[in-house]
Amino acid sequence: MNAPSVEGRGFDRKRLAGFVRKEWLQVVRDPSSIIVAVILPLFLLFLFGFGVSLDAKHLPMAVVIETSAPEAHDFLASLRATPYLVPQVVENRIAAASLLRDGKVKGIALLGDDFGAKMNGAGAAPIQVLVNGTDANTARLMQGYVQGAWALWLVHREHVNPGSQISPVVAQFRVWFNETIDSHKSIVPGLIAVIMTLIGALLTALVIAREWERGTMEALLTTPLTKSELIIGKLVPYFVLGMGGMSVSVVVALTIFQIGYRGSFIVLFISASFFMLTVLGFGLMVSTLTRNQFTASIVAITGTMMPAILLSGFIFDIRSMPLVIQVLTAIVPARYFVEILKTLFLAGNIWSVIGPNMAALAAMATLFLTITFRATRRRLA
Amino acid sequence: MPAGLRFTSITRSFKTEARSVAALAGVSGEIAPGKITGLVGPDGAGKTTLIRVLAGLLDADAGRVQSTGELAHPRMAYMPQKFGLYEDLTVQENMTLYADLHGLDPALRAQRFSELNRFTSLGPFANWLAGNLSGGMKQKLGLACTLIVAPDILLLDEPSVGVDPVSRRELWSMVRALQGSGIAVLWSTAYLDEADGCDHVILLYDGRVIDEGLPSVISGHVARRTWRVVLPTDQRAGRKRDLQRAAATLPNVVDAQIKGRNLRIVTDRDDVPPDVTRASMPGLRALKPEPTPPQFEDAYLAAMRKQDLINESQINRRPGIYSQDPGAITQAVHLALDLGDKPQDDGLSSRAARHTNQTLATPVIETKDLSRRFGNFTAVDRFSFAVSRGEIFGLLGPNGAGKSTTFKMLCGLVVPSSGEALVAGFDLATARADARSRIGYMAQKFAYIGHLTLAQNMEFAGGVYGLARAALTHRIAEVAAEFDLEAYLHQNCGELPLGIKQRMALACAVLHKPAILFLDEPTSGVDPVTRREFWARLNAMADDGTTILVTSHFLDEAEYCDRMAIIYHGRQIAAGSPDEIKSAHADGDNPTLEQAFIRLIDDHDRTNGVRSAA
Amino acid sequence: MNTPDQPRLREAIARIGFLVRREFLTIWRDKRSRTVLILPPILQLFMFSYAATFDVNNVPLAVFNEDSSVESRDLVANFTASRTFTDTARPTSWPEAQDLIDRGKVLMVLRVPTNFSRELKSGHSPEIQVVVDGRQSNTALITLAYVNSIIEEFSRERAQTLGQRAQPPVLVQRAWFNPNMTSQWFIVPGLGATLTMIIATLISALSIAREKELGTFEQLLVTPLRPYELLIGKIIPAAVLAMGEGLLLGVLGIWFFGVPLRGDVAMLVLGLAVFMLSVTSCGLMISALTSTQQQAQIAGFCYIMPCVILSGFTTPIENMPAWIQAITYLNPLRYVLVINRGVFLQDMPALVALNQLWPMAVIGVFTAACAIALFRRRVL
Repeated sequence: MNAPSVEGRGFDRKRLAGFVRKEWLQVVRDPSSIIVAVILPLFLLFLFGFGVSLDAKHLPMAVVIETSAPEAHDFLASLRATPYLVPQVVENRIAAASLLRDGKVKGIALLGDDFGAKMNGAGAAPIQVLVNGTDANTARLMQGYVQGAWALWLVHREHVNPGSQISPVVAQFRVWFNETIDSHKSIVPGLIAVIMTLIGALLTALVIAREWERGTMEALLTTPLTKSELIIGKLVPYFVLGMGGMSVSVVVALTIFQIGYRGSFIVLFISASFFMLTVLGFGLMVSTLTRNQFTASIVAITGTMMPAILLSGFIFDIRSMPLVIQVLTAIVPARYFVEILKTLFLAGNIWSVIGPNMAALAAMATLFLTITFRATRRRLA
Repeated sequence: MPAGLRFTSITRSFKTEARSVAALAGVSGEIAPGKITGLVGPDGAGKTTLIRVLAGLLDADAGRVQSTGELAHPRMAYMPQKFGLYEDLTVQENMTLYADLHGLDPALRAQRFSELNRFTSLGPFANWLAGNLSGGMKQKLGLACTLIVAPDILLLDEPSVGVDPVSRRELWSMVRALQGSGIAVLWSTAYLDEADGCDHVILLYDGRVIDEGLPSVISGHVARRTWRVVLPTDQRAGRKRDLQRAAATLPNVVDAQIKGRNLRIVTDRDDVPPDVTRASMPGLRALKPEPTPPQFEDAYLAAMRKQDLINESQINRRPGIYSQDPGAITQAVHLALDLGDKPQDDGLSSRAARHTNQTLATPVIETKDLSRRFGNFTAVDRFSFAVSRGEIFGLLGPNGAGKSTTFKMLCGLVVPSSGEALVAGFDLATARADARSRIGYMAQKFAYIGHLTLAQNMEFAGGVYGLARAALTHRIAEVAAEFDLEAYLHQNCGELPLGIKQRMALACAVLHKPAILFLDEPTSGVDPVTRREFWARLNAMADDGTTILVTSHFLDEAEYCDRMAIIYHGRQIAAGSPDEIKSAHADGDNPTLEQAFIRLIDDHDRTNGVRSAA
Repeated sequence: MNTPDQPRLREAIARIGFLVRREFLTIWRDKRSRTVLILPPILQLFMFSYAATFDVNNVPLAVFNEDSSVESRDLVANFTASRTFTDTARPTSWPEAQDLIDRGKVLMVLRVPTNFSRELKSGHSPEIQVVVDGRQSNTALITLAYVNSIIEEFSRERAQTLGQRAQPPVLVQRAWFNPNMTSQWFIVPGLGATLTMIIATLISALSIAREKELGTFEQLLVTPLRPYELLIGKIIPAAVLAMGEGLLLGVLGIWFFGVPLRGDVAMLVLGLAVFMLSVTSCGLMISALTSTQQQAQIAGFCYIMPCVILSGFTTPIENMPAWIQAITYLNPLRYVLVINRGVFLQDMPALVALNQLWPMAVIGVFTAACAIALFRRRVL
């Protein structure tokens, strides 16, 4: 039999309190944790809240009119009427093509010399629209905008000249939760989730690796501190900090970005707590498994930043992803919180959405912390 | 309730990438209550592994650890080699943390803290950040944190490494004072005077216990083989270190050491005095050895040498220079460093080598009123000294006296607040790269990348100083052989024991044959045998014109310096040759440098108030 | 060693060579750091290329058809047959339909009122109601565009079958460079640059901070390495590693994702090289400013994250407010994205590419100069 481990039994509240106090003192002494928890989210929220916008407005486009038909100018006027497009008339196709190629315009509308003839004749008069497909999203949005302008133009023609053609069906659009389709309203709540994912992982990714690298872990192992006390002691201070950062972000979203809030703050607090535990747990897991600050840093950043941006549904809709990827997003904690936040901010306490997402967060927090617990060794090798 | 610990047939091996290395190969022994058991042995003998197994931080592959007292689970306290103090917490906060973690009753705390503060004299520094304490005070705080709840068994892994002589004495007396309460202490150390002071010593070699018992009993093994010669005070007979080297090369001599005014010699057979008549130096031939009582150090060195010889004959595993004729060290150094015969490109050492007899007036290293302030703290205060070519100059002082800061200013790593620091006529902070290529620097902290092999680190260390590929390969082989590092060349250097790391760091510093060597505590944490080899090399290099600036906490080593300065609180408080310092600052028949040192510090404190921490 | 006939340059190159070798070994020999640097970008390329799509497919649709006529069923069929929509629910009441949207079960409700066919037959323009969930604004916007085109198609089909009067003009839409408007063609070249930027920045930002923490930096400073040699020796390994990875991702993009490579490979490599140099210089400047790995990690993160978000990688720079657009000129990623996408998809003219190259070079040189100045300051 080997020498018994010095590990204490069970769970001692005083021991934990002592450890938490130490961790908190370290946080206070080194302001970088506080900066990370509170200042960094504010900075990122401002930058991205203003910077990330999917609302393509004022898209430059070239219009080539080769016909003298008056309808052509009618159409041009309706293009000019939308706030999304900035049409400029260009002399010929070649000039327009070169503008498109150089990125000066995002698309071209071409009304050929047969336009007038066909308008009044039997065949359907074509309007050609060319978009720069490099940026597929902008291209698609542009197509949508042109189409919208075109549909308006048709309705307008019907009004001016009733019975001239088949009466088009008119769709009455209503966009719920975000009536003006302002991308800020959908992005800012998601952004809070993305930012806090990164903050949480940054806060804890180094805290255990650091103890190993600085040699303090060996001294800790000689005390009766238990594994669960160690882990909880590492969680509590950063949980407090993280929730502080979260609150600041929510306040900024409500005041500066003027995103309305329709849900309950208690629900927000509870779900944010689950989320915080999940991301802090992820950081601790990385820290415990790597025991090395360099590797922990890289894993924490590559493991959270891009997945949180791309797989959380914050910009890219998860429902549009291939099934395999949709399944993969299940392990991205931000995804659940993005959905909770969007719902709370834009729709309200819709339990059928919030409940399952909260449960998923709770499950993930448990998973990460269990792995951390399992991987925590009270031995050196 | 007194309790001890008995361990039986402990084995433990570690897997590296290539193979499995047995760190402990069946170690048995006992730590008795009320006694200090010393654990000594060369670097890599398995001392730390054994302590970690006893502390329960490592599982042994086989073997038993049992309590010898009535308690099945005695309370154990363990202080790791590098005790993990939280440097961003204060002294008091660190102690409170460990009190919390050990569950010390709050009612008892005030009393315990004041006891420990009295014990460690850390009371006045309760609100200092641990990171701002000196090395010695950190160790004391570490010990205080370890002792927060009185243990039954106390395991200390080299607590005195990097600690200055004054603090080292304090640390020792702190632990001695625990004896009354019946605590069983295991104290691992590289200081043989400490081992001598233990109640029981376990000698570990290559994962095996090769001897154990009372230090006096172990010393008794060499009882009739220890001799001393009184060295003449005038320099005509030759410099002390030359005499020492001449004595060490005698055919029947195992070890020769300068001890104050004496030269201690251990021979290989009982009652046969060292054959000084065959000495190469006339000065030595004139001296007469007389028998002297053995010390633990003598026995230790004899035991180590015997083991090395056995090992060598069995598996030829460690073809070390030390294990051969000690005289070979000097020859090997000459060979390996190419000193003397080949002209050196940078001119300095080669000229020195060619004109060994010529005293050159211009100093190689010179400072004038060198000062450095950090905020309102003065780390170095108007420090002036000069070192001539081929001299070994020692910079001594307690932890935090300003030695490292002085070093860094000389190397151009720290910009002086005022004053000058010139190395070979250059200010290294602004000098061109080729000026820097003349120095070799060994930092206090091991400064090589842990997951690269020794060879890879050496390749960089040499290559970056301009050694071309072919010359580099040749030189690495040469230096590796010379520093006895061949066995480790392809191991990751981070996994090596501290002493080997230090050896490697010195090897890297001399790869490019620098004219000037800066060594900041090069022997800290190094076992006694390796330290002797180390100094033999330094001496040989100095003789061939290399100028060496060195700091050390081992004052017996300081005897090898030509001159030294003792600094305290950033100021020089004494300077001169070891003999000058001893005669000026210590009494007695044959005072040691350590006595002079402690006296100097005490005197200074008395005149300047309490000793402060920084 | 310093004989005058041996040019100093050769010595400097030799010193840099040894430093580069040491850096490579440092990164490469540690199995964990090797895995962590190589594997994630490749995995992430696969994951994110599929994920980062603005394509709107399989939009769950609820149809609340109050008009049980042939015409209304025709209209509904136009929706349900489209790949864009998935016919998910047929609510029988308006509150039920509302609830479906609330709970996120469907993204859109199509409501055909009772008078739809009557109005249609009588030659009036019938109105239908389309309700879209705006929580995901981009999806909503694109869904609306799809709805428009489906309705337009319906109208045209009716006109054709009835052979009635003049047909409305046709809108013929085409996309250049990416005819199917495949999001991956857009995302993959950008993703390659973004992922390698993260790696390059992290390696370089942590490198000196780590040496400072381990104490090896002082040892480096006392060697004859000059500050600029130190910088070059640190830049090369990080840049080469990230560059290799970038090219690998590019090859994967072509082979696996079928992204066309229409332009000049040399321009692509040149662009990537300049990009890597400027990114690693930034990383080293961060590293020189910080003293611990934790600080370097945080600072590196504070650099990477805005660079990624404000690069045009996910959302177009044109959409950003002017002051943020101005900031993006400091972001090397924005330029390389233009080059990457331009070379891959549209055979960008060399002059346009050069216009993107020089700002990156300026950023690189400036940050490199700052890093050198910081090295000169030494430890204190």
